[in-house]
Amino acid sequence: MDDRMNVNRRGLLKGVGFVALAFAIPLESSAQAPATEKPRLPGNLNTTRNISAWIRINADKTVTLLIGKVELGQGILTAVAQICADELDIDFERVQLISGDTMQTPNEGGTTGSFSMPQCGPAVRQASAEARKIMLDLAAEKLGKPTDGMTVKDGTISAAGGGSVTYWDLSVGKALEREATGQVKPKPASEYRYVGKSVGRIDIPAKMVGGAAFIHEMRPKGMLFGQIVRPPTYKAKLASVDVAPIEKMPGVLKVVRNGSFLAVIAQRDEQANAAAKALYDAAKWDVEKALPGADGMQDWLVNAKPARKIETLKKPRAGGEPAVKTVEATYYRPYQMHASIGTSCAIATLDADGVTSVFLHSQTVFETRQAIARMLGVDLAKVRCQHVQGAGCYGHNMADDAAADAALLAQVMPGRPVRIQYTREGEHRWEPYGSAMVLKAKAGVDKDGNVLDWDLDIYSTPHGTRPGGQPGNFLSAQYLEKPFAMPTPANNGAPNFSADRNGIALYDFPGQNVLTHFITDMPLRVSSTRGLGAYGNVFAIESFIDELARAANVDPVEYRLRYLKDERARDAVQKAADVFGWSKWQKREGRGRGIGFARYKNTAGYCAVAMEVEVNRRNGRIRVLRAVASADSGHIVSPDGVINQIEGGLIQSLSWTLKEEVKFDDTRVTSDDWASYPILTFSEVPPIEVVLINRPGTPFLGTGEASQGPTGAALANAVHDATGVRFRRLPLTPDRVRAGLSA
Amino acid sequence: MIAFKLNDKNVQIDVPATAPLLAVLSNDLGVNGTKFGCGKSQCGACAVLVDGDPVRSCATQISAVSGRSVVTLEGLTQNGKPSKLQQAFIDEQAAQCGYCVSGMIIQAQALLDRNPNPSDSEVRTALNGNLCRCGAHNRIVRAVLRAAKEG
Repeated sequence: MDDRMNVNRRGLLKGVGFVALAFAIPLESSAQAPATEKPRLPGNLNTTRNISAWIRINADKTVTLLIGKVELGQGILTAVAQICADELDIDFERVQLISGDTMQTPNEGGTTGSFSMPQCGPAVRQASAEARKIMLDLAAEKLGKPTDGMTVKDGTISAAGGGSVTYWDLSVGKALEREATGQVKPKPASEYRYVGKSVGRIDIPAKMVGGAAFIHEMRPKGMLFGQIVRPPTYKAKLASVDVAPIEKMPGVLKVVRNGSFLAVIAQRDEQANAAAKALYDAAKWDVEKALPGADGMQDWLVNAKPARKIETLKKPRAGGEPAVKTVEATYYRPYQMHASIGTSCAIATLDADGVTSVFLHSQTVFETRQAIARMLGVDLAKVRCQHVQGAGCYGHNMADDAAADAALLAQVMPGRPVRIQYTREGEHRWEPYGSAMVLKAKAGVDKDGNVLDWDLDIYSTPHGTRPGGQPGNFLSAQYLEKPFAMPTPANNGAPNFSADRNGIALYDFPGQNVLTHFITDMPLRVSSTRGLGAYGNVFAIESFIDELARAANVDPVEYRLRYLKDERARDAVQKAADVFGWSKWQKREGRGRGIGFARYKNTAGYCAVAMEVEVNRRNGRIRVLRAVASADSGHIVSPDGVINQIEGGLIQSLSWTLKEEVKFDDTRVTSDDWASYPILTFSEVPPIEVVLINRPGTPFLGTGEASQGPTGAALANAVHDATGVRFRRLPLTPDRVRAGLSA
Repeated sequence: MIAFKLNDKNVQIDVPATAPLLAVLSNDLGVNGTKFGCGKSQCGACAVLVDGDPVRSCATQISAVSGRSVVTLEGLTQNGKPSKLQQAFIDEQAAQCGYCVSGMIIQAQALLDRNPNPSDSEVRTALNGNLCRCGAHNRIVRAVLRAAKEG
């Protein structure tokens, strides 16, 4: 059980404070009401219902906002602080954040799936609005004036006709220790002071001057350095190793051998690395040869026996004329990696009270804590996880593995903080990649080339192996003497989906079927990578509709709009096209334009991307000349935050689409550094314009993954426009393009 | 014992002579900004200035800076305040996660030191060896150009 809940329950059960409070403030909805009668509260306030779990008003004239979501560089801390400051009527600078601490903050689940603003934003808004109301009630009592007509400016409450008191002077006591009622109405958008404006991100200044910002620079007293020695291949077994010479190396304090799990702990970082290298060389392994190889992966996916065939959508056309023509195309998205610039890091300490405290940069601190407790065989109360910022992760990278590894090593060095930071090779070769996918699209069209029947078959291994409370999802736990078996990954159903995320085209075709061939065998380790299946699916859908538009001799923008009934989707496409200058664009030799669109998950932010490319036929090199992205994220809290996410996603997706493929042979991954897995560089990044479509008063829509899919498709479509050749296998490397052009 | 100048202060330190400069800065001298990214001089996250030149501290042994002057991200601040270049990064919100930014600012400082008025493409060329995964590239370029303009 979550500690926060325990604290809250204790507070409720004690009763005394609560009764006193009830006397002071009439409760609109009784906290004692049975669970079934509780009102639905906004966002994650519905699961963590106590206002004090989210907000503390401090005597030092600050407000502490506690959230379970964590900062990943997406700006969530700043965005929710803006909301809190507005609803509480305080200056932004007064808001202090605590995030992702299993001992302190609400359990908001993972910081994943572009859910932070939809789930955390409304909770903070409502909790702040209710906290403000409670403060007004306290002020009313103190001033002997009615709350009607009271105004608040930066925490100073003024009553109509004179008299004022500040939040900081009011003895808040346990006043916030009550369930939210859902009865207090947040402000209308027009009254916001910070929401809707680009407030400078609170985490940025420290990062620019070398202030404390990242887990990587934490150095608790007495810290030791651990390093893990991975097997040469995924399923290799440790046959033998002589650890004696390693134990004698400078600074080495411990060589850990537990089954096929090998690690070292040393006084210094470089000593740990040197010992790990020597240990790897000393170890003898039984190695398997079982992988299909990067070039064989497309065939492997189509021929593998799926664990499940999932009817993601079955809506065949009801009657009507048969199609006059059937068009088919197959697309391939290779394995791609998160490839964080900082390798994953964690620090764990086994304290004297038997509690293992872990600093980590995981997206799922609560569930990772549970998995660590199970791995160590201890009660949940014996593990504490505290989030500290790491390098951008873009999904489930090795942050959780590092936490588990640090926790494992801390057990053999009681009282000493043990730090893990993986090597570049260790991260590149062992992180869980975004799954390779094969997308087979088929359309039946009428005599004018209009779509009658649309079919998409998705072949994919899983997109989610996050810890989820299960130690078997930690890499190292699979190699222990008593190994934890990896649970069989699931494919989430509607509305979010996983492999089939965005597999359903938003286009209103007369008939549409989507069949997902969900393969649970995993040649390479895989997990959630920005957008999950959306990137591959949108690449296929948006390439295919482009192919159909061109076959019908219809402008690709116009063709899309024929089938888009959702007004906001139409606006997003039209806006991107308009700002790009689609209708007056002039064709030039070697150049092309393309567009791609998706509403992320068909429930989150809308995004269309238009771009212009130039293709060098001689060497196959694609130069992206410029890109325009439109974004409708609902009510925008931070315009610059949305722009940053859309633009960043676009650039990352260009990198995936132009360059990235995890290479592997029949035994092991060979993409083990930035030379063997190159990513986009400064000179390859085009000018990008992001156009925002604001919808004040509507729900916050997740943004962080919205531009990945449309970008890949827009690029492939532009390359086709430039060359007349359709590229359906990613990435569009110069070699592949050159080969395609000369075929 | 190795003696050198770190951010204008003399330091003496007793560490293994083969220890990487990065490890000594981070673990012995309390430097926050400089980051480990690859250990192979491929990403630039660990860039520092040695006698004014940008070098990769992950692949530089501590003994190599004996008697020399090392400047890290912290060393660019002036009287505890962000330098013009650092302030331009703040003003342009030139980061997402910000992990690569220390190396970016160091590399950009080296550029501005020899070319105070670079073009957009000169900035990009100078930063091509520094990797950013979040896609903050254009913001970073804008920040460097802004700092140059504000000279």
